[in-house]
Amino acid sequence: MRRKVFAVVILLTAVFLFLFWLANHYVFGQLSQITPPRDVNVDTRTFAGAFLTGLAMFATLFLGVVLAVFLTIGVVSGDAERGLLQPLVVRPVGRSTLLLSRFLGAAGVCVAYVLFVYFTAMVITGLTGHWWPDRIAWPGFELAFGVVIVIALSLLGSVVLSSTANGIAVFMLFGAGLVAGLLGTIGHALNSHAVKQASTITAWALPFEALYQDALRMITEKTSGLTGFLLQLGPFGGAYVHGWGIRVWSAGYLIVVGAIALWAFSRRNL
Amino acid sequence: MRQGYCGRVPNALAVRGLRKRYGSVEALKGVDLEVGEGELVGLLGPNGAGKSTLVKIAVGLVRPTTGDAEVGGARAGSRSARAALGYLAELFRFPGWYTADEVLELHQQLAGSRGGAAERARLLELVALSDAAERRVDGMSKGMQQRLGIAQALVGEPRLLLLDEPTSALDPVGRRTVRLLLEELRRQGVSVLLNSHLLSEVELVCDRVTILLAGEVVAAGTPAELSRARGVELETDDGVRTIPGATREDAPRLVSEAIAAGRRVYGVRVLTSTLEDTYLEAVGGETD
Repeated sequence: MRRKVFAVVILLTAVFLFLFWLANHYVFGQLSQITPPRDVNVDTRTFAGAFLTGLAMFATLFLGVVLAVFLTIGVVSGDAERGLLQPLVVRPVGRSTLLLSRFLGAAGVCVAYVLFVYFTAMVITGLTGHWWPDRIAWPGFELAFGVVIVIALSLLGSVVLSSTANGIAVFMLFGAGLVAGLLGTIGHALNSHAVKQASTITAWALPFEALYQDALRMITEKTSGLTGFLLQLGPFGGAYVHGWGIRVWSAGYLIVVGAIALWAFSRRNL
Repeated sequence: MRQGYCGRVPNALAVRGLRKRYGSVEALKGVDLEVGEGELVGLLGPNGAGKSTLVKIAVGLVRPTTGDAEVGGARAGSRSARAALGYLAELFRFPGWYTADEVLELHQQLAGSRGGAAERARLLELVALSDAAERRVDGMSKGMQQRLGIAQALVGEPRLLLLDEPTSALDPVGRRTVRLLLEELRRQGVSVLLNSHLLSEVELVCDRVTILLAGEVVAAGTPAELSRARGVELETDDGVRTIPGATREDAPRLVSEAIAAGRRVYGVRVLTSTLEDTYLEAVGGETD
């Protein structure tokens, strides 16, 4: 089953990267034909490059989360139902080591995958459109960190929920985070205090979303003027909760979720 | 009986006042059970009697509500308890892409066994899977997987072996292989708790038998103790007559009395109840 998941992920990734190259090819090929009004000072290359890179980052996060969820969705409940877990758990190596090794295994695969897709997409845009993000590496690391948090949440879910329920729960959390991020962008554009506050609370409650938004922010963090303003209004505008605060919070969040998962697993009847 | 070590050597498995409640269902209601060093104990009972729950508590898969379970003197579920046991679950699977040899190698790593390739080859031979060492689990029959499961349970030379329905998927030849294996383990001094539905199998190999019903021990003892005398059957020229309550020791006297009474005696047979009779009596005729 997991082999098929890998095959599907590789196929989807190849299709995505090809389509992404095609989009870059057409967008940057027609860039010279886009002429904003004289009094509107917009850097069209930066706008197109940042928009396409933002799109690639969203797809990278989505594919990374799909991979993470399918690798961890049934680590405890699913494997216990199938009888795979019991022969392992009774060994002296213990439950915590087993869960940690599953976490590290999934994290290793997903981090490598996210970084590969992120940097490949960035190189495609860079070579095709001659535009590079303001920050090269950090956004990729933050995307990968966000996926690692999803892995931890999925592992915790697998301890207390059935595989199906866990999959639904994790994807709903992921969707809720994305919607909250978009609402935050709208809230800031409209200057709506309530919407901004709801988005901020969600960003702290689901830090994988905040990390994604922060990664988006960093690709154009040195872009100012009307170009920067227009980018911030768009769906890939970036975070309003950002910086080291959310990174440290995310690390603490990961530790707490992991600790709860280990504690719940140690007490679970199998 | 291998009991009575005056507390110097802890039992391989000691269960005292064990209770387990799942919501409103009480699966175990204060069970006491001991498996001595090198002893082979059979656990019998209908489905839902609490046998698997008891075994799962012993191996640390399930936490008891109250009561104690110890493996070699260590709390069940603790690292030292887990290091001392081998376990075959009633329902288990190995990753389908692993070969038999790789399954055993994985469990050697998890158990910290240093037996290496020699141990794996010996275990596969013990369960008659030497020819299938490089075969993937996906390509094995259910019976072969069951035997591989038994080999897996023996990795690391455990002091206590807990087998939950080890012969459920085996054909008669496979069952005989397991029976011979159990006898060999007994010779080697390995303690075994055997949870099985096959009464004849338990009767053949076990030193003692415990029968559970609805979470309680309803009968326990050696197969001989549980197979009580049911009388003596005397065949004479007057027909076949059963003398209830008579034992083997009464047989010569009964024959003498019949001859003295002028009867011709053609045969005499001591009747004993089988373990199956005792089991059915103990569980009140409950079936699975």
